[in-house]
Amino acid sequence: MTLLSVESLTVSTQAGAVLVDDVTFELDRGGRTGLIGESGSGKTLIALSIMGLLADGLGASGRVLIDGEDLIGRSDRALTAYRGNSMSMIFQEPMTAMNAVMRVGRQVGEPLRIHRGMTAEEADAHVVTLLTAVGIDQPERRARAYPHELSGGQRQRAMIAMALACGPSLVIADEPTTALDVTVQAQVLDVLAARLDTSNAALLLITHDLPVVAGITEDLLVIDDGRIVDRGPTRRLFDAPQHPYTARLVDAVAPMSRSGTIPPKDPPPPSDDVIITARGISRGYTLRRTRVGEPAPVIQAVDDVDLDIQRGETFGIVGESGSGKTTLARLLIGLNRPDSGSIVVDGIDLTTTRNLRPLRRLAQMVFQDPMGSLDPRLRVGDIISEPIRSLQIPGDRAARVAELIEAVALPADSADRYPHEFSGGQRQRIAIARALAPNPKILVADEPVSALDMSVQTVTLDLLAGLKADFDLTLIFISHDLSVVHRICDRVVVMQSGRVVDRGTADEVFRQPSTAYTRQLVDSIPRLDGTTPT
Amino acid sequence: MYVVRRVGVFLFSVLVASALVFSVMSILPGDPAQVMLGTQATPESVAALRIELGLDRPIPVQYVDWLAGVVTGDLGVSIFSGQEIASQIGSRLRITIPLALMAMTMTMILAFPAGVYAAARHRRLGDTVVSVISQIGLAIPAFWAGLILVSMFAVGRGWFPANGFPGWGSVTAGLRALFLPALSLAIVQGAIITRYVRSAVLDTMREDYIRTARSKGLTRSAALWRHGLRNAAIPVLTILGLQFAALLAGTVVIESVFVLPGLGSMLLQAITRRDLLLVQGGAFVIVAIILTINLLVDLTYRFIDPRVAHR
Amino acid sequence: MRWRRLNLAIGAGIVLVVVVTALVSFAWTPFDPERISSTERLLGVGVDGHLLGTDQFGRDVASQIMVGSQTALFVGILAVGIAVLVGIPLGGLAAARRGWTEDAVMRTADVIYAFPPVLLAILLVAAVSPGVGPAMVAIGIAYIPIVARVTRGAALSIFELDYVAAARTYGRGKTFIFVRHVLPNIASVLIVQVTVLFALAILAEAALSFLGIGAQPPRPSWGRSLRDAQTFIALSPRLAVWPGLAIAFTVLGFNMLGDGLRDALDPRLEVRRL
Repeated sequence: MTLLSVESLTVSTQAGAVLVDDVTFELDRGGRTGLIGESGSGKTLIALSIMGLLADGLGASGRVLIDGEDLIGRSDRALTAYRGNSMSMIFQEPMTAMNAVMRVGRQVGEPLRIHRGMTAEEADAHVVTLLTAVGIDQPERRARAYPHELSGGQRQRAMIAMALACGPSLVIADEPTTALDVTVQAQVLDVLAARLDTSNAALLLITHDLPVVAGITEDLLVIDDGRIVDRGPTRRLFDAPQHPYTARLVDAVAPMSRSGTIPPKDPPPPSDDVIITARGISRGYTLRRTRVGEPAPVIQAVDDVDLDIQRGETFGIVGESGSGKTTLARLLIGLNRPDSGSIVVDGIDLTTTRNLRPLRRLAQMVFQDPMGSLDPRLRVGDIISEPIRSLQIPGDRAARVAELIEAVALPADSADRYPHEFSGGQRQRIAIARALAPNPKILVADEPVSALDMSVQTVTLDLLAGLKADFDLTLIFISHDLSVVHRICDRVVVMQSGRVVDRGTADEVFRQPSTAYTRQLVDSIPRLDGTTPT
Repeated sequence: MYVVRRVGVFLFSVLVASALVFSVMSILPGDPAQVMLGTQATPESVAALRIELGLDRPIPVQYVDWLAGVVTGDLGVSIFSGQEIASQIGSRLRITIPLALMAMTMTMILAFPAGVYAAARHRRLGDTVVSVISQIGLAIPAFWAGLILVSMFAVGRGWFPANGFPGWGSVTAGLRALFLPALSLAIVQGAIITRYVRSAVLDTMREDYIRTARSKGLTRSAALWRHGLRNAAIPVLTILGLQFAALLAGTVVIESVFVLPGLGSMLLQAITRRDLLLVQGGAFVIVAIILTINLLVDLTYRFIDPRVAHR
Repeated sequence: MRWRRLNLAIGAGIVLVVVVTALVSFAWTPFDPERISSTERLLGVGVDGHLLGTDQFGRDVASQIMVGSQTALFVGILAVGIAVLVGIPLGGLAAARRGWTEDAVMRTADVIYAFPPVLLAILLVAAVSPGVGPAMVAIGIAYIPIVARVTRGAALSIFELDYVAAARTYGRGKTFIFVRHVLPNIASVLIVQVTVLFALAILAEAALSFLGIGAQPPRPSWGRSLRDAQTFIALSPRLAVWPGLAIAFTVLGFNMLGDGLRDALDPRLEVRRL
């Protein structure tokens, strides 16, 4: 029984650029289909075309049939009968997708008022049931709250409740868990699946993250550059991908997420050559007072942390958002000073030394956002040679720049070009080349691959591992992504609320988690085979 | 806490403003006592008056004395007219404040519909027409608009008085006298506000939550009305606060075109007569009114934006 | 898209016309703009070679308008120059230092911002003397908070970016970072704002000269011409038209140039006019 039928859907700009090209697929009543592709592939545009919510300036042609009725070309007013009623949508970023100045309950209950003719009071009463069903505790209180007073997970649960309020036959979820931490991600996916089971709604799940669709969908559509390049049952596509593009996507999934088991890993050779020693370091941020007379609240971003990082190892710092891992990185590299405790980097005491110039030659950093970490007004050659100039390192700068560009495998003519001419992965290489310019001994990489597509992540990680050997580096690798950390790091610490809660070799921490929190983190990783590891 | 902090900032600002006004005025060349007594006065009588006016004391003492007066509502006595400055300003405000409020009302009547209409017709003919008209409105000096309006509707035709103010004895006559001055201000301010409203509405329409609202089954305009309005009100409120300040300043000039006995013309007279205390008091009152409006605007945010309490 | 180019082209064209007029008027005007002639009072348009007629003193209106453009541009440069020279470093300092310094700078800016430019000019003129110099210094001071706020707002978002953190990891100081990395990246915001302030300064000068506390004779000024015209508004409304049109034309030019630059550089910029 076909619910949704998309026929030759094409989305193009007014200027004529084709963004979605001749897409055709069907979705059965109660069926669950995943739509996977990398960023910019056009997957969100397909969702918005079905909903009739494309931005101004984009036009859709072809047919979108819901229960046999074509929605393309209908007026905004005519489509309102479907939206929120027989079809609804869950968006990626629940903070901006919700109205910041309207109470959560009112927003969740709004479809009921629009389509079921409920009064505000009737809807409010029903909202409590809806919020309870998606696992929100204290639903009466949360309904009266504003979006900013809820956690990210709670907000996304509320979005699910909102989408399912009128019992739609089709739910489109666009990257519903991408903005969430891994532990929350698992819970939200569970809630979504459970609610769909109850309501028998069909699901179109859009994501770039393959394991997310693994446990929840039956069929897959693989989209590349606006076209569907592969389709079939989820299991078959993941277990034995035929199409080369699908195979590439599956290959890019970390081993830890691909199979149900975490592969064993050789422990690093024991060493007592310590390059960074941190003892009892803390760093807090003072918030503004909220009440007269009470002391201003302080957030302990890093709370009494001890570290010993050995020369030549890859040291991982893992944690969810807000765990303090970035603050810790900035302390280790002398960008901020700790409130208390001591940090000694290769003999330089960061807490007592005023002039940190020697440290600047010793330790460099690579940042998360490849767009924000390069000055758009400078040529790549100038970006890479800036540290050499600043630190007054003698030698032929042009030759050194050429050498670095080659080391990170960028095209030889890159030096004369501007950052915007490069892709995200290439920009991250530029940032790496800049960090290597003063020939540092220590490289701190803060979420260096999180903003990149899966296939680019693999290549970048391999590059980092190679450079570490070539440049004789100690690599400090910070990430929220356990599979990436497991793949690249020798020893790791796990952070939660500013504290180190677990530490050891990568093997010990991930294969035999000693604390409940680490176990929860490991268990939350979505697997390509839809199971959890033993 | 937000309220306490905001009121604290307000009090601090008023204090700094008073110090600024006072210090600008105390570097005034020329001795007020000499000015009062004229060029024929003997040095002895000038010195005596200086002592009487307290001008022989150190400047910080004079400031504290003046400030104490401000707190108790006593701004001193005009050296020219001998009147209480506070009551003089009070009577002048009875023209200036209604004029500013009337101009503000006209501005909103012109600008809100025009701005919303332009946003709704984004990149179409209606938008272009509003843009061209507001672009021209932005370029016109308000006082020139006043001159032109006088020559069109007052001189010869007599629909409105060309100048002067009959007093509030007859409210209709008073409002009629203020109509053209208020309109001259509203033409220029209306052009500015139209542009702000247009871009505030356009920005709001691009927000994610509007898309969410539409995904629930609201039409584009219903989503904008139910979800966008309160969000768009936040930047528009800021602008209205700033606009009131601009209008208050605008009255200074426009009162001169229409020969209205308001605060602005009082200040200009005071300058030509070198009436130091009067300029000082008048300027301070204007700034204090503007700071008060800013305070009220900020406190109003609390009722519109639940996030404010956490800032 | 075509419309955006149009703004830029018309704006730049008008500004160019005003600048050329000002330059030419230094060397040549049809008549001596200050020559008073009792026999040629209130001549009509085109009479005896007077392109726009004469005023109540028999002065040639067209020549007066031409030399008036000198004052308009002069005050724009003076007022905006003061605002930029003080406002940009202050805004940059606030963004770079944060904390106590930022609070002090921005709170002070807020207080000055509560002084309307015209009021500040009245105060300063009262303290010094009427004239275009003091009036424009006052306007410049009044615009400092605007420039400082815009600079700080734009700079803050750049200081948050990782290329600034990267520059610190290789040993650059905050001043160097502000000049080398931040300023070039907020230049478009500042250019657009400065263009609009230029227009506002011309309007402010006209208003102050109209009130008699701006340009003093013999300095030519469109605002002062309007002041002269006001007394004859019943007899000869024509005299009030030409200087007003000159002001509106020039301000329109700068505003359109600002809008055009904004659309070309960053269409989502917000420009302060209040």
